Amino acid sequence: MPETSHVRYIDKTRTYYQAEGYGTPYEWAHFDHTPFTPFASVGKPLSRCRVGVVTTAEMARRDAEPDPEDPRRLVYSLPTDVPVEELHSRKAGYDRHATTLDDVDSYLPLTHLRRVVAEGRIGGVAPRFQTIHFEYSQRKTLAVDAPEILKQMRGDRVDVAVLTAI
Amino acid sequence: MSLAARYLEEHAIPTVVFGCARDIVEHCGVPRFVFSDFPLGNPTGKPYDLDMQRRVLSLGLDLLVEATVPATTVVSPYEWSADHSWKDRIFSKEQPFLDPDATRKWLEDKERYRALKATGKI
Repeated sequence: MPETSHVRYIDKTRTYYQAEGYGTPYEWAHFDHTPFTPFASVGKPLSRCRVGVVTTAEMARRDAEPDPEDPRRLVYSLPTDVPVEELHSRKAGYDRHATTLDDVDSYLPLTHLRRVVAEGRIGGVAPRFQTIHFEYSQRKTLAVDAPEILKQMRGDRVDVAVLTAI
Repeated sequence: MSLAARYLEEHAIPTVVFGCARDIVEHCGVPRFVFSDFPLGNPTGKPYDLDMQRRVLSLGLDLLVEATVPATTVVSPYEWSADHSWKDRIFSKEQPFLDPDATRKWLEDKERYRALKATGKI
């Protein structure tokens, strides 16, 4: 039966990893309540807002020696004013059979964000973007990673945030 | 990623998430979500299609401003290809999600993380 609607990743991964011999299926995060901050509460138009950017794409600079692996998998940041040609993703978990991560703007739209700044649609882009790792420990994401992103964004006076999930 | 969006939102920063795994993001629940029905990897438009990328970002910026309730999803109008068979092959025996090297690395990372945790270093 061909898929005609969106992919059911939760079902597919459960079946796949059980067939591979893994035990208890991963419990994807679920909440009954979703928080919401209305845009109006920011108190200024988007054209004056500074946009923060977060991605799961495990970004790195092409010209730099690769950092040693961080077993703690902490949040790290890189400048947003680098041309995307100088960046690349080290992420292994994407659909490598169907697509590529060769074009950074297809998952981290820095070029397009700079363009909308120039057009006056947003006020600016934060000076750095954050990479967050996918974690099996939801507790770690909530207790360590998310507070670090918030701290950096507050330091950068971010008003609104764009998050891209590979 | 969804958890981080929720956290920022709880701390007064409006967010928009771009992603391709609709069921996972909506199962968690995020304030604003732009869904592209694409293979995992290109949540902000097809590689090298600058016009599409610009428009997908624009959907997200509109959503930031216009959403009035949490868990608002906007579906990008773009199709990956007329042929949807890429969806059937995901996580199949014929097409493992990670290559053998990446799988090995993933398992090693997991063990290192567990060891650090067991010794209280995390």
